[in-house]
Amino acid sequence: MSTGVAVDLENVWIKFGDFVAVREANVNIKGGDFFSFLGPSGCGKTTILRAISGFLDPSEGHVRIGGRDMAGIGPNKRPTALIFQNLALFPLMKIWENISFSMEVRGASAAERRKRADELLDMVALGGQGDKLPSELSGGQKQRVAIARALCANPDVLLLDEPLSALDLKLRQHMRTELREIQQRVGITFIYITHDQGEALTMSDNVAVMKAGVIDQIGSGKEIYDAPATPFVASFVGENNVFRGKIRSIDGTRATIETNRSGVLTAEITPAQRGKMAVGDAAMLFVRPEALTLAEGGTDTGNTISAKVVNEEFEGNTFSVFLEGDGAKPIKMSLPNTGQTRIAERGKPLTLHINPQTTVIMPAGELASD
Amino acid sequence: MKRKLIFADFFRNNGALMGSILIGLVAFWLIVLVILPQISMLDYSFRFNLPPAEQGGPKDVYTLSNYQHLIYGSDETHQSFNTIDLMVFLRTIVAAIMVTIFDIILCYPLAYFLGQARGMGMARLLVVLLIIPYWVNEILRAFALRIIFGDGGLINEALMLLHLTSEPIDFIRHDIALYAGLGYAYILLMLFPMYNVIESLDRNQIEAARDLGASWTRIHRRIVIPHAKPGIASGSTMVFMLSAGALATPQILGGPSSLWFTQLVYQWFNNSLNWQQGAAYAIVLLVATITIVMTIMKIFRVNMGDIGK
Repeated sequence: MSTGVAVDLENVWIKFGDFVAVREANVNIKGGDFFSFLGPSGCGKTTILRAISGFLDPSEGHVRIGGRDMAGIGPNKRPTALIFQNLALFPLMKIWENISFSMEVRGASAAERRKRADELLDMVALGGQGDKLPSELSGGQKQRVAIARALCANPDVLLLDEPLSALDLKLRQHMRTELREIQQRVGITFIYITHDQGEALTMSDNVAVMKAGVIDQIGSGKEIYDAPATPFVASFVGENNVFRGKIRSIDGTRATIETNRSGVLTAEITPAQRGKMAVGDAAMLFVRPEALTLAEGGTDTGNTISAKVVNEEFEGNTFSVFLEGDGAKPIKMSLPNTGQTRIAERGKPLTLHINPQTTVIMPAGELASD
Repeated sequence: MKRKLIFADFFRNNGALMGSILIGLVAFWLIVLVILPQISMLDYSFRFNLPPAEQGGPKDVYTLSNYQHLIYGSDETHQSFNTIDLMVFLRTIVAAIMVTIFDIILCYPLAYFLGQARGMGMARLLVVLLIIPYWVNEILRAFALRIIFGDGGLINEALMLLHLTSEPIDFIRHDIALYAGLGYAYILLMLFPMYNVIESLDRNQIEAARDLGASWTRIHRRIVIPHAKPGIASGSTMVFMLSAGALATPQILGGPSSLWFTQLVYQWFNNSLNWQQGAAYAIVLLVATITIVMTIMKIFRVNMGDIGK
C-alpha cells in the first residue's frame, strides 16, 4: 500500500469567465491526512476537487501532489483516484471488472485482475460478490465497490465527492466509521468533499470551511467547532446563537460587548481575530446551545441573559428550549435529559448563564443562510 | 396469465371505450397493414403467372418455380445458374452492409459530440441543420447528388482545380455516387438512435474511466460503445434494411451496368407484369435481410428488446 502523500494548493484561483469559483486557495494537506472541504452547495468545493483530480486546470496558482506540480498532467496520469457522488460504477461490467478496471488499463492479465479484485472485495466485506452486476447490489454495497475500485488503482490520494449523500441516515453513519477505518488501514491521503458538517467533524483530521469560493478556516474539527474564525464558520458548523452588538471594552483576549437587546456580555475573542478588534466595533457573540445553562435560583451572576420561553422540544437525549431572541431567530438552549418532566412553560421568563469558555466574540460579518 | 393482467391494467387506465379503440387501431395496423399484405405476397410467390381466365382453375396450383428461377434462370434442366440475378442479389446485400458500416463510422463521432456536448446551443442547432435537408424530396436529393457527382459537378471541378486529377472521375460508373446517395439517404436513422443512447450516458462514467487511467480509445471501447450498442444496432438495422430495399436512389444514382436487387423486383412487377415472380424475389430479399440482421445481432449479443430502446 502506498503511504500518504501531501497535497498542496498554492494561491489557486479558478475562474469560469467572469465568475470566480475559487479565490486564492492556500491549503497544505499533510500526507496520510483525512482532510475535508466543508461548505454549502455552490461554494466551490467540488471545483477544488476537480482541480486536484485534473479534470480542470486552475486559472492561477499551483496544485502539487507529493511536491510535484500537476500543471498539464491529465486525470488519467495523476496519482489520484476519485469517488463520484453518484459512484459512476460501470453498469455493464461485472463487479470484479469494475474494481480492476485500472489494472485492465495497465494491461494486467485477467487472472491477476481477478485475484486483486477478490482481495479488495474481501477488504470491503463483499467477498464472493465479484460476478454480480452493479445493479444487483444495494446502495451501501455499491458504495464499497466504488471505494475498492478507487483503491485498486493504488492511488496516493483518494478524492471523495460527497459519496455518502445518496445513502439513508443509518447507512450513512455506518459508512462514516467504515471510511475512517479504511483510511487508517491503507494510510493514504483522503480528501473528502461534503456539505454535511457531521460527516466532516466525525471523520476528518482537518477541515477547510468554504464560503462562496473562499476558504474561511482550516483546522481540526475541534478547533473549528470551538474557535470558529468567522461568523460564517460559527453559524455553518453546528448550531450557534448569535448576539449582535458593539465592543465596549477589551481586556487581553477577552472582550465585553453591549448587545442590542440582551445586555452586556463578556467572552473570549476567537483566536483568529485577536488583536483585530477595537472598542466601538460592530461585533457578534456566538453561544452554542449546550453552552447555555439555567442560572441557579434565577440569580444574576454577571454573564447572563433573560428571555421568555417560546417553545420546548423533547429530543430524547436533550431538551431544546427556544426563547425570544435578539433577532429573527429564537435563542436555542440544549439541556441534557436527566429525568426532568419539562423545563419551562411557554411565556415564562428564564435567566440563562453563558459559559464564557466555549463562547466566542468576533467582528460582525455574514452568517450562513439556513 | 401475465399478459391478461397487462390488458386488464390497460383497460382500467384508459376506460373500456378508449381502450378498445386503441387496441383496435393497433390490431388494424398490424393485421391489415402488415400481416395480410405479406401473406398475400407469400401466396403469390408460390403460384404460376396465369392469365386471368385460368386463375382459380385446375392449373392454379402451388409451385416452387418462381424461386427456382432466381437460382437457375430459365434453364429447365437446372444445369446452369442464374448468375446475373444472383450476382445482383449478392452485390445488393454486400453493398447494403458496406453502406451500413459507412454510416456507423460517420455517425458515431457526430452522435458522441451531439450527445455529450451538453449545454451547448450549437448541438441543437446542428441537429436542426441535419434535419432540414430531409424536407426535400428523396428523388430530388438523389438528382442533386447526381449533379454534384457528375463530370462537371462540384466535386470533379474542385478536384481538378486542386490538380488532384487531370480529368473528371466517373463517380456514377464506379458506384461511388450510389453508395454516397444511399449512405446519405438514411443517415439520420443511424444518427438519432445513436445520439439518444449516447446522450443518456452519465458523463461521470467517462470521467471515472479517465480518472482510473483509461485512454480515449479505451473509454470508447469499454464504456461508450457498449452503452451505445442498442442504438447502433437499431440504427444499423434500419439503414441496412432500407438500403437493401431502396429503389429510387439506385435507379437515379446507379451506374449503367449495375442493378440493385429491388430494381429486378420492380421489373418483374411493372415491366413483365409477372407479380408472382416479383413476389418470390421480394420474399427472398426479405428473408435474407432478416436472417442477416438476426445473425449479426446474435454475434454482437444484442437483444431484440434493446433495439426498441
